[in-house]
Amino acid sequence: MSEITKTSAATVSTPALKRYGPWIGFLIVLLILPYIFSSNVGVYTMNLMGIFIIFALSYNMLLGQGGMLSFGHAVYFGLGGFMSVHFMNYLEDGSFVFPMWLLPIFGGAIGLVFAIIIGSFSTRRAGTVFAMISLGVGELMAASSLIFVAFFGGEEGVSGDRTMGPPLFGVNFGQDVQVYYLIAAWVFVTVMLMYLFSRTPAGRLANAVRDNAERAEFIGYSQRKVRFVSFCASGFFAGIAGGLFAINFEIVTEENLNALTSGVVLLMAYIGGVGFFIGPIVGAVLFTLLQSILSNYTDIWQLYVGVMFVLTVMFVPQGLTGIMMMHTPAWRMKRVGGLVVPYIRMGVPALAMLAGIAGFLEMIHHVRGSPADETMMSLMGIEFSTHSIMPWVTVAVLALVGGYLVRNQAPQLKEAWETANNPDAGGKEA
Amino acid sequence: MFELVFFSLLNGIVTGLLLFMLASGLTLIFSMMGVLNFAHASFYMLGAYFAYTISAYLGFWIGLIVAPVLVGLLGALVERYGLRYVHRWGHVAELIFTFGLAFLIEEVVQFIWGKDTKAYHEPEILQFPLFTFFGQNFPAYKAFMLLISIAIFIMLLLILTRSRVGLIIQAAIHKPNMTAMLGHNVPLVFMGVFGVGCALAGLAGVIAGPALGTFPGMAVVLGSIVFVIVVVGGLGSLTGAFVASLIIGLLQTFAIALDYSVNDILTAFNISFDADSALRDLWSLSLPQIAPILPYLLLVLVLIFRPMGLFGNRET
Amino acid sequence: MTAAIELKGLRKRFGPTEIIRGVDLEIHNGERHAIIGPNGAGKSTLFHLISGRYGLSGGSVSLHGEDISNLPPYEIYRKGLSRSFQVTNIFPNMSVFENVRCGLMWVKDYKYSFWHLVDRERELNQRTAEVIEEIGLTSRQHIPAGVLTYAEQRALEIGISAAGGADVIMLDEPTAGMSHSETDQAIALIRKITDGKTLVMVEHDMGVVFDVADRISVLVYGEIIATDTPENIRNNKAVQEAYLGAEAEE
Ligand SMILES: Nc1ncnc2c1ncn2[C@@H]1O[C@H](COP(=O)(O)OP(=O)(O)O)[C@@H](O)[C@H]1O
Ligand SMILES: [Mg+2]
Repeated sequence: MSEITKTSAATVSTPALKRYGPWIGFLIVLLILPYIFSSNVGVYTMNLMGIFIIFALSYNMLLGQGGMLSFGHAVYFGLGGFMSVHFMNYLEDGSFVFPMWLLPIFGGAIGLVFAIIIGSFSTRRAGTVFAMISLGVGELMAASSLIFVAFFGGEEGVSGDRTMGPPLFGVNFGQDVQVYYLIAAWVFVTVMLMYLFSRTPAGRLANAVRDNAERAEFIGYSQRKVRFVSFCASGFFAGIAGGLFAINFEIVTEENLNALTSGVVLLMAYIGGVGFFIGPIVGAVLFTLLQSILSNYTDIWQLYVGVMFVLTVMFVPQGLTGIMMMHTPAWRMKRVGGLVVPYIRMGVPALAMLAGIAGFLEMIHHVRGSPADETMMSLMGIEFSTHSIMPWVTVAVLALVGGYLVRNQAPQLKEAWETANNPDAGGKEA
Repeated sequence: MFELVFFSLLNGIVTGLLLFMLASGLTLIFSMMGVLNFAHASFYMLGAYFAYTISAYLGFWIGLIVAPVLVGLLGALVERYGLRYVHRWGHVAELIFTFGLAFLIEEVVQFIWGKDTKAYHEPEILQFPLFTFFGQNFPAYKAFMLLISIAIFIMLLLILTRSRVGLIIQAAIHKPNMTAMLGHNVPLVFMGVFGVGCALAGLAGVIAGPALGTFPGMAVVLGSIVFVIVVVGGLGSLTGAFVASLIIGLLQTFAIALDYSVNDILTAFNISFDADSALRDLWSLSLPQIAPILPYLLLVLVLIFRPMGLFGNRET
Repeated sequence: MTAAIELKGLRKRFGPTEIIRGVDLEIHNGERHAIIGPNGAGKSTLFHLISGRYGLSGGSVSLHGEDISNLPPYEIYRKGLSRSFQVTNIFPNMSVFENVRCGLMWVKDYKYSFWHLVDRERELNQRTAEVIEEIGLTSRQHIPAGVLTYAEQRALEIGISAAGGADVIMLDEPTAGMSHSETDQAIALIRKITDGKTLVMVEHDMGVVFDVADRISVLVYGEIIATDTPENIRNNKAVQEAYLGAEAEE
C-alpha cells in the first residue's frame, strides 16, 4: 500500500515514457504555474506550498515510510531556517561568498547534523518511546530557542535580506516570482531525491521495519540502523525546507521549530495520506490553500482544520490520496462514470450541510466577538443582521435538510460504489 | 535562605501533587489501554473552563464538584465513540487521534470562551494568608489545593488496593488479556478508567484555574510536562508517576527560586569572559532562565540512559 | 568437522519458571534434523534462543564452532543462520516480491545503501524472481503479502527465510495448519530449498518427520530425552512413554 508506482522486476523494462513521464509532467507544471496564478497572493501561496511539500515529504520518510511517529519534526525545519538566515547575513556582511540559491544546503546540513545526534538515541525503538523522545526534544529545542538569543534571536527571531548575495544571471531574488523558481527547482530536485531514496535498499528496508521490525532483524538488518538512516535523510530534507523558508520570508522565529509547526506537518502528511508517496504533497497543497484562502474569510479557520483533522483520523485514515486510490479498480474497469451522478447527489446536500454548520458557527463567533450594538455581519458577501431571525433559520434549514438528504443518499451511493467495483456486475466486461 | 527553601519546598509539593493528579490518570489510561493520551491536559483545561462558567452562576463549590463530573463524562464519550473507533486503525492512529483532539479542544475552547484569560478566582473564604513566615505569606488557597491533592491521592490508593474494581484494574494493568478471560466487561472498564482519568484531570483544572490562570494555552503549558512525568517515572508505573511529579514540581520551583548563573560560578573562580562573544548567552545563563527546559532535559536523559523510566518495567 | 550448531547446557527462564532446562545438542553439518515434542515443551523457545530472539539464561550456542550466544538476531543471520517462525511473520503491507527481495538484500551486500536503486539491480531482481518461482507465488508476486492465503503466507515465510541462501536453516512448524496436499507441496519445497544445507525443523506431523529427518531430537518439558535416527527413536521406550504414547492417547 505504500507506493503508487507498482514495483517489480518488470520496472526494469518499463518504457521510458512511463518511467519519466510523471517527472516531466511535474516539471512542466512547476514551470507554468506562475503564469496561471500570477497574482501576488498566488505566488505567495505557491511558495509556501513548495516549502511545505518538501517539509511534509521529509516528515513522511519517518511516519509513512519508516513507521516513526514524530511530534518534533519542526526542530530540523527550524534549525535549517536559522542556519540559513545566519548564512544569509554572513553573505550580506561579505564575510563569506556563496550563491544565495544554494543556501538551503546549509539548512540541510544542520538538519542532518542534529538528526545524527538525536537519531543516535531516539531510533532505538519506534512506537510510543520514539514519539515521546521526539516530543521531548522538540520542547527542549523550543524552550532553548528563547534562551540562546545570540543564535535564535529571542522572541523576534532572526531576519535577513535575500537580495544581498551574488546575483545569478542577473537575478537577485528581489521579486517573489524569482523566489518561486528557486523554490520550484529545489522542490523538483528534493522530491525526486526523496522518491529515489524510497527505491534504495535503505528505503525498502525502512518499509520492512515499519511493517515488522522484528522480522527485519532476522534477515540481517538492525532495525535501529535502518531507522537511523531514514531519520538522518529526513532531517536533511526538513532542513532544506527550512532554508527555503528563510529565503522566502527573510525571517525565522521560534515558532518555526515549536510544537505547533511539528503538529502542522503531521497534519499535512496525515490528511494527504501517509501510505502513499504523493500523499504529503496533496496534504501540503491542501493545507496551504486552506490556510491562505480560509484565513481570508474567517477567524476560526483553525477550528475547521482541527475538525477536519480529527474526522480524517477517525474515518479516512488512508487520507485523501487513499480515497483517490480507492477508485483505481473502478477506473481500470472504466466504471468511474457510473459514480459521477451519485457523487453529485451526495455532494450537493453535504455541501449544504457543511455550509449550514459553518454559517452557524460563524454567526455565533460574530455575536460573541463584537460589541453588543454591532449586529451586522457579512458572510460570503451577504450582509445581514445577526439579531434578525432569518439568517438563523437559513443556516438551520441548510444544515438539517442537507443532513437529512446525506443520510438519505448514503445507501444509493454505497450501491453505486459496489456496482462500480464488482467485476462480475453488469458492465461491458462482465 | 531558610525561608526560601521552606517556601520552595511547599510550593514544589503543591505543584508536584497537582501534576500527579494529571499524571495518575494518564498513567492509568496508558497502562490499561496502551494509549498515551495527548489530550489529557486538554481535559484539565476543560475542567477549569467548565468550573469558571459554573462558578459564575452557582459559585465555586458547585463548580468544584460538577465540572470534574462533566469532564469525566465527556472523557468517557471520547473513549466510547472516538478512541474505540480509531483503535481499528492501529496504535499510531490512536496516538494521532488524541493529538488531533488536543488541537481541536484548544480551538473549541477559544471558540466558546475566547482567547483572553478568564477571571476565574478562588472563593472569598479562601482569600487570606494562612500563615506568614519571615514576612512571606502562604495563601490559604494553596493549602486548599494541597489538601485536595492529598485527599485524591489517598482515595486513589485505597480504591486501587482495597476495592474490587481496583483489583480488576490492577489485573488489567499486569495482564491485559487475562482480565478478558476472567469475564469482566473490559470495554466498560476501559471507558470507566478513561472517564475517571479525565475527571481527575478536570478536577486538577478546577483547582489550578484560579492559581495558574484560565486561558487557552494552559493545556499546552502543562501537557508536555505531564508527559515528561509519566515517561520519567516509567510508563505505566503509578509510583513512578508520583515520584516524578514531586521531582518535577520541586525542580521547577527551586530552579526559579535559586537565582544562580553560570556567570556567578565563573566569577567565583575568577574567570572573566568576553561580553560580546557568540557564547555570551551560555555564560550569562541563570537557573531561573533554564527552569523551563529542565524537565525536557531530564526526559531526554532518562530516555537515553533508562528508557523504561525510573520505576517502569516495560519499554514500550 | 565442527558441528553446524552446538548447544551446551542451554537454559531459559521466564520469571520463576524454567522453560529450557539444560539442553545439550550437536547438529551436524548438512544433516536434516527434526525436533519433536509435545506442545509447550519449549521447541519454539529453543529456536528463539538459538536465533537470538531471546537472551540466554545459561549455557552457550555455537554456530560452526563460533560462539554466538546472546548476539542480536541480525548478527547471527549474517553468520549464516536463517529461520522461519511458527506464527507467520512477514511484511504484510509490502508485495510478495518486495518481501523476498528484502530477504536477499543483506546477502547481496547492499547493506544500508541509499545509492543503489533496487529496481535497477538486475541480478537482485532475477534472483528474487527465481525464489518466488521456487515457492510457487509467481502469479501472486505483486499482491500485498498480508492478503495472501494462509498456505501462501507459509510458503512466503519459508521463501524469505531461505532466500538469502544461509547454510543453516531453521523452520518452526512449517506445515502447521496445512491440508494434506498443501503439506506435501510444502515438504517438496523444503527439500528443494534446503538441498545441501543444514536443516533444523520443528514438526508435528510424524509422517513428515520420519520421512524427512536424518536424525530426530525429542524435547520434553525443556529437556532433550533422546537424539537418534528415526528408527531408533520410533523404538525408544522412553520416547514412546513420554511423547509418542501420549500423542496416541490424545
Ligand atoms: N516470552 C515468554 N514469556 C513467558 N513464558 C513463555 C514465553 N515464551 C514461551 N513461554 C512459555 O514457554 C513454554 C514453551 O513454549 P514454546 O517454546 O512455544 O513451546 P512449543 O513450541 O514447544 O510448543 C510455554 O509454556 C510458554 O507459555
Ligand atoms: Mg512452538
